[in-house]
Amino acid sequence: MAIREDVLVVGGGIAGATAALAAAESDAKVRLLSHKKSTLRQASGLVDVLGAIPRGGSTDGSGAVSDGAAPADEGSTDQSELVADPLAAIERLPEDHPYRVVGADGIRNGLEIFDDVVGDAYEGGHTDRNALVLTHGGTVKPTARYPQSVAPGLASAEKKTLLVGFAGLTDFDAPAAAAHLDAAGVPFDVDGATVTFPIQFRDDALTTRFAKALDKDQSGVRKRLADVVSEQLDDHERVGFPAMLGDDAGEEVRADLEDRLGAAVFQIPTGPPSLLGMQLEDLLFDALDAAGVRISSGNLAVGYEANDGRIESVLVDQRGNEVPYAAEEFVLATGGLVGKGIDSDRESVTEPVFGCHVPHPEDRYDWSEPAAFGAHAFARFGVVPDGDLRPTDGSGSEEFENLRAAGGVLGGADTAREKSAAGVSLATGAHAGRRAGEEATR
Amino acid sequence: MSKTPSALVLGGGSTGCGIARDLAMRGVDVTLVEKGNLTHGTTGRMHGLLHSGGRYAVSDQKSATECIEENRVLRRIASHCVEMTGGLFVQRPEDDDEYFEEKLQGCRECGIPAEALSAEEAREMEPYLAEDIERAIRVPDGAVDPFRLCVANAADAIEHGARVETHAEVTDVLVEDGEVVGVEVEHASDGGSADGLDSFVHGEPGTTEELYADYVVNATGAWAGQIGEMADVEVAVRPSKGVMTIMNVRQVDTVINRCRPKGDADIVVPHETTCILGTTDEEVEDPEDYPEEGWEVDLMIDTLSELVPMLSEARTIRSFWGVRPLYEPPEVGSEDPTDITRDFFLLDHDERDGLPGMASIVGGKLTTYRMMAEDIADHVCERLGVDAECRTAEEPLPGSEDFSVLRDWMDEFGLRSPVGLRSAERLGSRIDEVLGEWDGPNPTVCECEAVTRAEIQDAISQSGTELNAVRIRTRASMGNCQGAFCCHRMANELVPEYDEPTARDALDDLYQERWKGERHALWGEQLSQAMLKHHLHATTMNRDGDPAATGEEIDFGAFDAGESEGELSDTSGGDRSGDAVADGGRRTRTDETEGDADGDS
Ligand SMILES: Cc1cc2nc3c(=O)[nH]c(=O)nc-3n(C[C@H](O)[C@H](O)[C@H](O)COP(=O)(O)OP(=O)(O)OC[C@H]3O[C@@H](n4cnc5c(N)ncnc54)[C@H](O)[C@@H]3O)c2cc1C
Ligand SMILES: Cc1cc2nc3c(=O)[nH]c(=O)nc-3n(C[C@H](O)[C@H](O)[C@H](O)COP(=O)(O)OP(=O)(O)OC[C@H]3O[C@@H](n4cnc5c(N)ncnc54)[C@H](O)[C@@H]3O)c2cc1C
Repeated sequence: MAIREDVLVVGGGIAGATAALAAAESDAKVRLLSHKKSTLRQASGLVDVLGAIPRGGSTDGSGAVSDGAAPADEGSTDQSELVADPLAAIERLPEDHPYRVVGADGIRNGLEIFDDVVGDAYEGGHTDRNALVLTHGGTVKPTARYPQSVAPGLASAEKKTLLVGFAGLTDFDAPAAAAHLDAAGVPFDVDGATVTFPIQFRDDALTTRFAKALDKDQSGVRKRLADVVSEQLDDHERVGFPAMLGDDAGEEVRADLEDRLGAAVFQIPTGPPSLLGMQLEDLLFDALDAAGVRISSGNLAVGYEANDGRIESVLVDQRGNEVPYAAEEFVLATGGLVGKGIDSDRESVTEPVFGCHVPHPEDRYDWSEPAAFGAHAFARFGVVPDGDLRPTDGSGSEEFENLRAAGGVLGGADTAREKSAAGVSLATGAHAGRRAGEEATR
Repeated sequence: MSKTPSALVLGGGSTGCGIARDLAMRGVDVTLVEKGNLTHGTTGRMHGLLHSGGRYAVSDQKSATECIEENRVLRRIASHCVEMTGGLFVQRPEDDDEYFEEKLQGCRECGIPAEALSAEEAREMEPYLAEDIERAIRVPDGAVDPFRLCVANAADAIEHGARVETHAEVTDVLVEDGEVVGVEVEHASDGGSADGLDSFVHGEPGTTEELYADYVVNATGAWAGQIGEMADVEVAVRPSKGVMTIMNVRQVDTVINRCRPKGDADIVVPHETTCILGTTDEEVEDPEDYPEEGWEVDLMIDTLSELVPMLSEARTIRSFWGVRPLYEPPEVGSEDPTDITRDFFLLDHDERDGLPGMASIVGGKLTTYRMMAEDIADHVCERLGVDAECRTAEEPLPGSEDFSVLRDWMDEFGLRSPVGLRSAERLGSRIDEVLGEWDGPNPTVCECEAVTRAEIQDAISQSGTELNAVRIRTRASMGNCQGAFCCHRMANELVPEYDEPTARDALDDLYQERWKGERHALWGEQLSQAMLKHHLHATTMNRDGDPAATGEEIDFGAFDAGESEGELSDTSGGDRSGDAVADGGRRTRTDETEGDADGDS
């Protein structure tokens, strides 16, 4: 029997999950199809909405803000200006930015779905304003939602802070991070200490090993760790560790350490493998289960069947056979260059599943800028949406009547420089999913 | 034929290369012929365990004693081919208690340092060991890189005047007047150059050549019977195949052995960034044509995950098979190949078959290759009337002093070592100075190129804060990820010796320098990588919007301080329609009510 749904979402990242949840609200039958694990396992687990307005550094002018008051800053074209109120700042984004399509309400809708999914596990929902979190590189970053375990470490809370790193963990150097934060002007005293983790792992053990040991309190490690840290504690009011304080039992580990240290304990988000990112992925998939979304993972969508401007089914590769997945409405949420929703070769940039139009400079050397943090065109590669997030062809008309796009696969946003990646995914996922659900059940 | 006594060594595995080196060092005029490349046979398809001898401590104490002796020798003469990981013999609940005691006892009898560990202690060393293990014995097992080892031996032989001829297959053994006088070889017409590997083909491709020598040593391992046939003598090698499965990551850092009498699939050996599971023992007819079966791989994973459960979920990269050159005197008649001794045998065809001029060496292990070579070289010298001492146990192999020497030789033989110690390769004879004296944890800083902290620190001590120079010295940040995961780690290594701003500048320089190079390959997979890197450094770390770098004055008070910190009251927050906080004025919060949610919502 053929597989048939009301709504088929292709892509299992934060955008696809949000779209599926939004579609399911309209009682549509929803299936989510995903090839691999999403970029959440690499992401920090923070949900950025809009943390910075990139200033200059582009050759085509998009993404640049021509603020007449600000003198043209020749030497540092790759600067950004940090933003405290993301919703008010969206009008300063370029016209073709996805936020300009869904607007502030679209962002609110996306965040609402997110807040429902994560419950107490995240904070930040009490305000529209961004929080400044500490990064493992030693500076601050504006973000909109942050895990509960990150909350006690916000940079705007003026508390004397101790950062703790581990001798064998090269990704985070606590004394360097502390000095760096000081240079960034944080309004509190901060010190860093490198300690030896009480259990000897191999020299380059992954963070997961530390986390598991703390989860299980293997060999009394929590107490031993607290003992080592308390030697450095003095009058510090809070203690920050790289995000490896337990996984399944993370909150218990943190409470335990707080108890023993008599100070607040927080985590600093890290790069891959990111426990916080994986935990968010788990929350999203639990919510999808609870909402009755069917999930098919492990197979790649490779093409489609269409008739009269409408997609009838997506073809999924299953051990060499192309199996059609039929639906009324489709959401493309396959991610950007990292998720493989956007592909490229020497000559061109493509969207591999539906062959949607992806504008890009002809000369490959114009895809990037000479400055490492410049306004790279590649960072904004993606499909071009219409006012209802339907991908359009080169002439501006919709590619298909019943296909909408969400998340990293959309072009026009430099989500890395803007600190807007998860926010764009939530806002566009909510819009695309809700619209798909409405259309399919009409 | 030269006036110096001469010998022909057949086979370019560890045994043949070891013999060639030994004889050449004693002044014999040596020619080594190998039908493929060096390590073409079993040596290139083995598990890579540098035995402590523990494995044989109960069943075969002679082998065990030889292993520990040679284990120590190799650490000394071939440190650049060995990684001393240590090993564990792990007992599961269903394994015999008595055997555990016998093992411990046996190790002590053979002079193998052995220490009993509780399950807890063993898991502290190797956290992924199964929950229900009983206990373990710690022994000095290690990992050995057979490719390097062979090349180093061949290189030293050449330096002592030997001729090494690869892609030269022995097609006949020349017998004159009832005595072996040489062999006929066929120089491959396609082999060497076709696989782009070899520059050691001296003979004209596609031709045959007759090579004469005073003595011929048959060191063709599992193929020794075929050479025997050419000379009409029987060499009853019993080739026995074994499978090995390479895992995607290094799940364990110690050699893990199952502590039970004998069995398949009972060892995991960590090699550089991977682990290799092994192995089986099954007699085959033909050392070059035998079935490679899926069940053998399943058996590896299923059985070894009893020791390390996470293996059942882990990804395997590939599997390969090798054939042991087992031998036992025909009168023993073991049914099961696992019962055949791992010891080696020197068959003097004069004494045995009345055919002077040739001996075969069969059996043994890679770990004891040098000792085998010494035995046969003693024998050959005695036959040739050469009076010289063996020096192979004392003289370090080339490259253990200066690795660039061995690297050149590896290139020369077209061999790359998939399980080599890359840092040793980079450091060469400085390895002891750099790694040996390193105190404290030595984590990997650059995973793609496997560069450790000690090496980065060494490079920093020579290049200072110029991380680009550190990169060139160590290759750190030059692998697949183009520094996405390690640029900042390298900069962290500068602290505390240098201050934070210096480290940050060094990072920016390195990052920009890497970017310059990356731009020439920005499409496909590399473009995806570049985007990942952009996300990691701009999104996650906010390096592009870092106020410490941009000099932007941040109004920290305008940002959320957390729910439990209480919201700013509307008045103190002011009119934030101008969302940019770079307004010059730095507001400090005065209304902070610590730990008290003020119910703003
Ligand atoms: C290193 C890194 C750090 C990050 N840090 C942050 C951060 O701090 N804050 C933040 O807000 N965001 C962060 N992000 C961004 C965030 O994780 C997402 O990448 C972004 O929100 C886009 O999400 P997405 O759901 O559109 O795509 P993805 O997460 O890329 O998911 C795409 C999904 O689609 C699947 N897929 C692709 N092609 C096919 C196909 N043909 N058939 C079937 N399935 C397919 C993929 O397998 C994947 O599951 C980070 C990203 C990276 C890479
Ligand atoms: C599965 C397996 C795992 C093992 N694991 C370990 C371990 O962990 N530790 C350990 O110490 N030992 C181990 N061994 C044993 C070890 O690999 C061997 O004992 C050793 O490599 C044998 O070396 P060799 O030089 O005698 O034989 P080989 O390496 O086989 O050398 C013989 C050479 O002769 C060549 N040759 C054959 N016929 C001709 C011809 N007609 N003309 C010219 N050349 C010819 C072949 O091409 C070959 O290169 C293992 C063996 C196997 C099979």
